[in-house]
Amino acid sequence: MTTETKTSLDKLRQGQKGKVLAVAGYGAIRRRLYDLGLHAGEVITMVKTAPLKDPLEISFGNGHVSIRRSEAALITVEPLPD
Amino acid sequence: MKPRTEIKIALAGNPNSGKTSIFNGLTGAHQKVANFPGVTVEKRIGHKNYKDYGITIVDLPGTYSLTAYSLDEKVARDFICQEDPDLVVNVIDSGNLERSLYLTMQLIEMGIDFVIDLNMWDEAVEAGIEIDVDRLSQLLGAPVVKTIGNRAQGIESLLETIIALYEGRKDEHRHPMVSYGSQLDDIVSDLTREVHHCKGCRHCANPRWVAIKLLEDDRDIKRRFLSNREVSAELTKKLNDSLDHLKATTTEDPEIVITEGRYGYVAGIVRKVMSHPKSDRMKMSTSVDNVLTHRIIGYPVFLIIMWLIFQATFSLGQYPMEWIDAGVSILQQWASATISSGMFADMVIDGIIGGIGSVIIFLPNIVILFLGIALLEDSGYMARAAFLMDRLMRYIGLHGKSFIPMLMGFGCSVPAIMATRTLESPRDRILTILLLPLMSCSARLPVYILFAGAFFGAHAGNVIFSIYILGVVVAIIMAQLLRRTILRADDIPFVMELPPYRMPTAKSVVIHMWDRTKIYLQKMGGVILVASIILWALGYFPQKKEFSQDYDAQIAALAVQDTEPAADSIAVLEQARIAEVMEYTVIGRLGQAIKPVVEPLGFNWQMGVALISGFIAKEVVVSSMGVLYQLGEEAEDNFGQLSKVLRDPERGVSPLVAYAFMVFVLLYTPCIVSVLAIKREIGSRWMWFSVVFQMALAWCLTFIVYQGGLLIGLK
Repeated sequence: MTTETKTSLDKLRQGQKGKVLAVAGYGAIRRRLYDLGLHAGEVITMVKTAPLKDPLEISFGNGHVSIRRSEAALITVEPLPD
Repeated sequence: MKPRTEIKIALAGNPNSGKTSIFNGLTGAHQKVANFPGVTVEKRIGHKNYKDYGITIVDLPGTYSLTAYSLDEKVARDFICQEDPDLVVNVIDSGNLERSLYLTMQLIEMGIDFVIDLNMWDEAVEAGIEIDVDRLSQLLGAPVVKTIGNRAQGIESLLETIIALYEGRKDEHRHPMVSYGSQLDDIVSDLTREVHHCKGCRHCANPRWVAIKLLEDDRDIKRRFLSNREVSAELTKKLNDSLDHLKATTTEDPEIVITEGRYGYVAGIVRKVMSHPKSDRMKMSTSVDNVLTHRIIGYPVFLIIMWLIFQATFSLGQYPMEWIDAGVSILQQWASATISSGMFADMVIDGIIGGIGSVIIFLPNIVILFLGIALLEDSGYMARAAFLMDRLMRYIGLHGKSFIPMLMGFGCSVPAIMATRTLESPRDRILTILLLPLMSCSARLPVYILFAGAFFGAHAGNVIFSIYILGVVVAIIMAQLLRRTILRADDIPFVMELPPYRMPTAKSVVIHMWDRTKIYLQKMGGVILVASIILWALGYFPQKKEFSQDYDAQIAALAVQDTEPAADSIAVLEQARIAEVMEYTVIGRLGQAIKPVVEPLGFNWQMGVALISGFIAKEVVVSSMGVLYQLGEEAEDNFGQLSKVLRDPERGVSPLVAYAFMVFVLLYTPCIVSVLAIKREIGSRWMWFSVVFQMALAWCLTFIVYQGGLLIGLK
């Protein structure tokens, strides 16, 4: 397969879904992302970006969350077909 | 009557789970707000008498987890652990079961009895989510109640269930053990045994929870259990063995393995109890959201909303403030007519009544601003406002949510400082509060108008605008400086839930508003009153008995003439006397004593005195100048005259000095009420920091402006 199967969360297109593979970072940041439900296996939808392109609005489970681009970059996802 | 049995319960749950509405529903008006010991995290306590029970209800901070990383979480778990509530009510957003149950897993680990409150049940039903309540109760080993907090539905049955669980009538409160996979489960069991046997590390908490926290490398629990080497040697060894064993078999941190274990367990439960698990209940919200956070019209809409709140708070608030002002004057007149004149009368009239006036004058602002904030928060727009502003606020190292307090700072620092309560991170709150006084509040405007009007004529508007901009620029620079030095970013990421838009309910809005008002009156009112009286005394004592000339005799002599020029002369004499009295008081002397300090800034001693009296409230600077320049206390009505006197070359005030003075008034220590608000919110250490920091900042910048201006030949 030639297409990239791994990317980071901030690279998803609007409306695209991705499955979390891993969360990078360390200590509190990482733990916090986990505690909020961003853990491996979770399917995340990129809802939209704020008018200034940052932060991002994502949805997973049954809720919507705002996350900064720099933090989304810590989350490796596998983009899912639409 | 049989005495009531007192029980204590705590409410735990995620932010946005509607915990507050449940709290309000349970307690009604019987609640008070305090802080958790030693920290500025708010603690709301309520009481409810129900059947034979007196129930004390503590609303814990809304959290997603119970780690030691965030202050809110630590406070919540310390409360559960150390204050030993009889049971916990775990409030859950029914539409978001999976995420909510993660916290529930940690309550199970702590081994505390709890009731599950499936709140906002109506929203879940609307979104087509079905939850098998009986099965959920069985799997969690805890009673489950359905409620709709904002409509106060299900509160009765929640109370019944609380009592039933307390009485032990519900036999299902046998919690399961959260499983993290067989390998980890064995390790946890071994370690639990060790914790259990560890003599001398007795602790309120469940040994299994301690074992799990040790494996998670929880700094707080480690400090408590492993710091005493003698008693914990065995335990430490066992822990290290377990960690080595884990490291050999997995590549992940044990902390993450445990977290994944909890999620796995939650996913298992959700699969069993919930049908239609993946629905987007945000659909209804989405169309609203498409407008409110739209790429192009999002900002204009935001600005309009902010403008409305600002105008309501400060323009609409102006009317009741005038009524209060008038009421205080009437009271003062009444008092002066009733009490025979003398020192006691002066103290009652100017000290006490004036002091009370200075407390309640801010009430309209506070009530209206918090009405606005309650509407923003309850409707869900607050999170969107933060979403829109985050990128911009990050330039000054702050969170999107800091925007609203900052904006309010242009109206009045006092409600703005109180509004920082909406910020979760203590660091953000401290930084926001320290920068807030740099947003030029409306009380400083009369000073600018006076000086800019007197010296810059047609350019007055631009000059005043430049002062406002200067405040913002200084704030940006200070933010950069502070967060590189004493307020380094803590590692908490900015991940914020965007709750669905909801219609705010009158009850919760009113309670929210009343809360703030009560805090202001109870916690700050008394101190402000005392401080106002002290400041009044400083401006009153010592009293001058001997004057440079015999005013009374001269006035009496002139009074006999009863002509217009004579009346004018009397007025001049009286002003001169007032000025002499003022110079003689502690404040007057202070003003003269600080002459060497203000001289390098180009200020004369009258300006020094005016600045000191500005500590009561910044607008007092103008009236003090009036008194000192012998124009009478009504200087605000006498603007033209005062500005003419100021321009008199003999007074030594040049346009450069006037500008320097405005810079100083912008930057120097905020008024006493703001200072006390700062103390109330972030403690006296930061209050002193703020006072000293602002003073130093004002002096240095004014020095640069004045001396720099002289250097380049300005006058």
